Amino acid sequence: MSQPCVLRARGLTQRYPGVLALDGVDLCLRAGEVHALMGQNGAGKSTLVRIITGASRPTAGVLELDGRRLQPESPAEARRMGISAVFQEVNLCPNLTVAENIMAGSYPRRGWHRGGGIDWSGLERSARTALDTLHLDIDPRRQLAHYSVAVQQMVAVARAIQVPARVLVLDEPTSSLDDEEVRQCFAVLRRLRESGLAILFITHFLEQVYELADRITVLRNGRQVGEFPAAELGRDALIAAMIGTDTRLAEVQQRRGAAAAAGSEATEPLLRARALGRRGRVHPVDVDVLAGEVLGVAGLLGAGRTELARMLAGLDQPDSGSITMGRAEVRFASPAKAIAHGVAYCPEERKTDGIVAELSVRENIVLALQARTGLWPRHGQRQQAALAMRFVTTLGIRCASVETPAGQLSGGNQQKLILARWLAIQPLLLILDEPTRGVDIAAKAELMNELTRLADAGMAIVFISAEIDEVVRVAGRILVMCDQRKVGELQGRCAVQDVFHMMAGRA
Amino acid sequence: MSAALPAAAPRGAPRLRLDARHVPLAVTVGLLLALLIVGGVRYPGFFTLQVMLNLLIDNAFLCIVATGMTFVILTGGIDLSVGAVAALTTMISAVLLRQHASPLLVIPLVLLLGALYGGVQGVLIERCRLQPFMVTLAGMFLARGLCYVISTESIVISAPFYAAVAQLRVPLLAQASLSVGALLALLVVGAGAWLAHASEFGRTVYAIGGSEASALLMGLPVRSTLVGVYALSGACAALGGVVITFDMQSGYGQHAAGLELDAIAAVVIGGTMLRGGTGYVLGSFVGVLILGVILTLITFDGTLNSWWTRIAIGALLLAFCLLQRLQGRGGRKETR
Amino acid sequence: MSGAASRRWRTGSQPLLWPALALAALLAINALFDHGFLVISWRAGHLSGSLVDVLNRAAPLALVASGMTLVIALRGIDISVGAVLAIAATVAALVINGSSAAAATGGGPHLAVALSAALAAAALCGLWNGLLVVGAGLQPIVATLVLMVAGRGAAQLLAGGQIITIYNASYADLGNGFLLGVPIAVVVAAAIVLLLAVTLRCTALDLFIRAIGCNPAAARNAGIRAGLITMSCYVFCALCAGCAGVLVSANVRSADASHAGELIELDAILAVTLGGTSLAGGHYSLAGTLIGALIIQTMTAMIYTLGVPPETNLVVKAAVVIAVMLLQSPHVRRGLRRLATRHVLGEGA
Repeated sequence: MSQPCVLRARGLTQRYPGVLALDGVDLCLRAGEVHALMGQNGAGKSTLVRIITGASRPTAGVLELDGRRLQPESPAEARRMGISAVFQEVNLCPNLTVAENIMAGSYPRRGWHRGGGIDWSGLERSARTALDTLHLDIDPRRQLAHYSVAVQQMVAVARAIQVPARVLVLDEPTSSLDDEEVRQCFAVLRRLRESGLAILFITHFLEQVYELADRITVLRNGRQVGEFPAAELGRDALIAAMIGTDTRLAEVQQRRGAAAAAGSEATEPLLRARALGRRGRVHPVDVDVLAGEVLGVAGLLGAGRTELARMLAGLDQPDSGSITMGRAEVRFASPAKAIAHGVAYCPEERKTDGIVAELSVRENIVLALQARTGLWPRHGQRQQAALAMRFVTTLGIRCASVETPAGQLSGGNQQKLILARWLAIQPLLLILDEPTRGVDIAAKAELMNELTRLADAGMAIVFISAEIDEVVRVAGRILVMCDQRKVGELQGRCAVQDVFHMMAGRA
Repeated sequence: MSAALPAAAPRGAPRLRLDARHVPLAVTVGLLLALLIVGGVRYPGFFTLQVMLNLLIDNAFLCIVATGMTFVILTGGIDLSVGAVAALTTMISAVLLRQHASPLLVIPLVLLLGALYGGVQGVLIERCRLQPFMVTLAGMFLARGLCYVISTESIVISAPFYAAVAQLRVPLLAQASLSVGALLALLVVGAGAWLAHASEFGRTVYAIGGSEASALLMGLPVRSTLVGVYALSGACAALGGVVITFDMQSGYGQHAAGLELDAIAAVVIGGTMLRGGTGYVLGSFVGVLILGVILTLITFDGTLNSWWTRIAIGALLLAFCLLQRLQGRGGRKETR
Repeated sequence: MSGAASRRWRTGSQPLLWPALALAALLAINALFDHGFLVISWRAGHLSGSLVDVLNRAAPLALVASGMTLVIALRGIDISVGAVLAIAATVAALVINGSSAAAATGGGPHLAVALSAALAAAALCGLWNGLLVVGAGLQPIVATLVLMVAGRGAAQLLAGGQIITIYNASYADLGNGFLLGVPIAVVVAAAIVLLLAVTLRCTALDLFIRAIGCNPAAARNAGIRAGLITMSCYVFCALCAGCAGVLVSANVRSADASHAGELIELDAILAVTLGGTSLAGGHYSLAGTLIGALIIQTMTAMIYTLGVPPETNLVVKAAVVIAVMLLQSPHVRRGLRRLATRHVLGEGA
């Protein structure tokens, strides 16, 4: 378009030791426009946002506001310059009132003749003004914690624009909101757009992008794939731009897929979940998992795959629905209960939820096995070492010795470590959440071959990944999720495009 | 989004609202009233003005210390050194007075020393990121130890100024009067309440207690405030020590033994959450009064022994902590 | 008991090195001023000497500190151990005395009954703490603060405000007698600590405690029953305090509900941190705790030996606590590394 850019980024590059987070990205934010920034995990969105909001300095590239070069040293300085940001975690103080949260740091004062303290009525007035700008009808004198996350987000927006802003950056503002709250949030954003603000809107929800955005910039692997007017970019094209296709997986053996899933194995599902849901995370979902199959779960970031997996594995409790194994209904009140039933879960965040960094490789591998055995008998040191070595060789875990602290291993090896931990207890159902993230291509192939082998031997595997081509290669059946809902299932052999279609809503 | 609420009618001071966070304070006040009524019903002579004022007079030093402690706990920290600092204050005062120093010099000096002592602890906590519990524990050891190094015996204060102050009674109504200590306590509580409500320092304290990370991101002066609360607590401890010298007319290392626990109990019973962010200075004041009433009730009873106070305080502490926990759970998200 | 070998080499030193050196230094200073300090002789059928005294006096502290080590390793803390000690001592004294008539003649219930009662009371206290921490989810310092405040009152209530004198000879032996020449208190403490060490080594308890302390979420996800283990550790800590209460009251032949075990929680925490256990949880060292307890007791002895007024005890402890904290803090270490090119030796250690 011919309108000038309010905020212009040219050739932004961010280099960290060993990784190129951003590679020559351009961005143009125009007044009165909502510009969506989309991309998968690791695409570079957060890095770009950090540069724009002054949280970090780029290795190379130029940032211009109204044609003038700027280099904010801190978020506070960026805010003074007119670039305000609202993040997914509401960075406000829940114990203070709405008014105080909006005005904190810029308290109006009473004159010394009247005590010199904070002018609370003046503060309230300023807060009301800010809220009125957004047409937010809430009582600023109430505690922030009293309101839902959605409202708190809006209060954060009010704070962001309370100091006059030219650019508003919203980083995943709707991740914790339900449909009604999203509508209200968008009403506010539309008003801001009309008032001439340039809005950068980062999200992974497809529907929301099409509802609100005027333009879309897609990042992939640190590079800009393109900038498109929203009206001209179809859903398929958007998904394809975000994910792309990686055809370097030729080493992965094609799963026999349908032949293995149908017919030969038991038709009775190993685990059956009906209407399993959690408010604000996943809408009720039906899932069947059969022994000996690899069930892929495909979806973009935020589709609800991890939340579903956590419910299946006992890490979170569902608000609705039931899980049946065999003939009996089961309740997994804790991961230990799920493990006792043979359900194992490799978490997505392996650093925080998976490995215990200070314990050795050997101890990490043996942990679940020992937990299931209990305090006594303790698997002897030599036994443990032998078991650990077995998995180290089978899975190709690269470490100096089995006594190396797990925190020193690379991402891929840590992933294999967690896999080894669960394989040691020989589960009936193994759920893997993003097992190939941060793993190099050779290790990926090894992992996926191993999964195929395990499934052939009778284990049920649920394979969650945002890399659709991986899912397609290894899974015999694919559950497709989008925007916290199950959109459908694909049986047997299918192509990546089929999955895209289903996600885009045109199965 | 919720609809606009009808403007809540201000109750008493404009800052009071009928919010969930006021429940602990309401419970505290209710508890105080209940205890007072029980006392008035059971024991003749309980409900006299002087008995009520004695609550304040006998616990004046605790009121002052609890005010300082409130600020520390509001930021989510804790200060175990207040009792020891109070004792050290009495010691230093006694020693200086024995050298015929003027009280007008001694009192401001010890207050300054108390603030400095707390300030150093604050720097260790804020700058070196050490745990408040451990740092103030060490501070407690150190201050008590310094007391004993100065003298293991108690040192009598014979300065006439102190004797005069101790005798002084400010008459109120018929036959009822307040001591100087009690007046100081009221002043400190009032000043503390103003500070908490109407100053940027106080609001930053609350913000830190709500979320230190958010407060930093919001650009509030978190670091200086953190050091400041410990300095304030130290100064209050020193002032409490000064009041103790008026009462006891001596400096002794064993003064104010257990004062920190009493202060913490008063603050918690007064409705301030130990994780910070919620609570009122006035609440701590009411908490001190509750502790005083319990002791008075037990004294009036005559048959119950004083260690019932310990049990009662422990039980109250537990009840309030559980109440706070229930409130916290009913609130929002879980961490891990 | 501690972390992997490679971690030790990363920090550049054996974790037990500094505490051991500190202890050796203290012993040396003592020996310098009291030439007979390190001499152990055999007298009247038992070992005797200053070192034996130090060990004897350190026994109750070592017990309490051992229990405290587990709790701290789980990212918790127990400041009620002093009160529990007083409760156990009072219960034991009351039971062993039986009725006043029996007490005067030295009769009354059997020693075993008194000990069981005391330990049962201690276990109940530990269960109480565990329920508050695990069940109600209270912060450990808050949960144990309750018992710390109320527990002494309960003990005083039980004792009727009196200091209870114990007449039973076999009970007094616990605190003053010798087994094969070694003070019984030392034997008891050593036996319990040994039992703990064996349990840690021969069962999976060590692994579970370290896993929970380092990463509670990952431990729970791996199927470890964190709640049960945490509760058990609080019970064990209280049991240790209970044993210490028996030993202390046996030693002085009386149970003083108001002052028994006063400040022992602080000494115990100090011993644990001196020994290298991190207050943040995860890493712990039982051996280090024992050395820490010995350091504290030797410091006390040194203060007497040097003729320094015993009041300076507290000042020295404070200085040591501060020094240890500063050195243990990663923040401070990073700062020091930036200032100096080599490791700076800690003061007071």
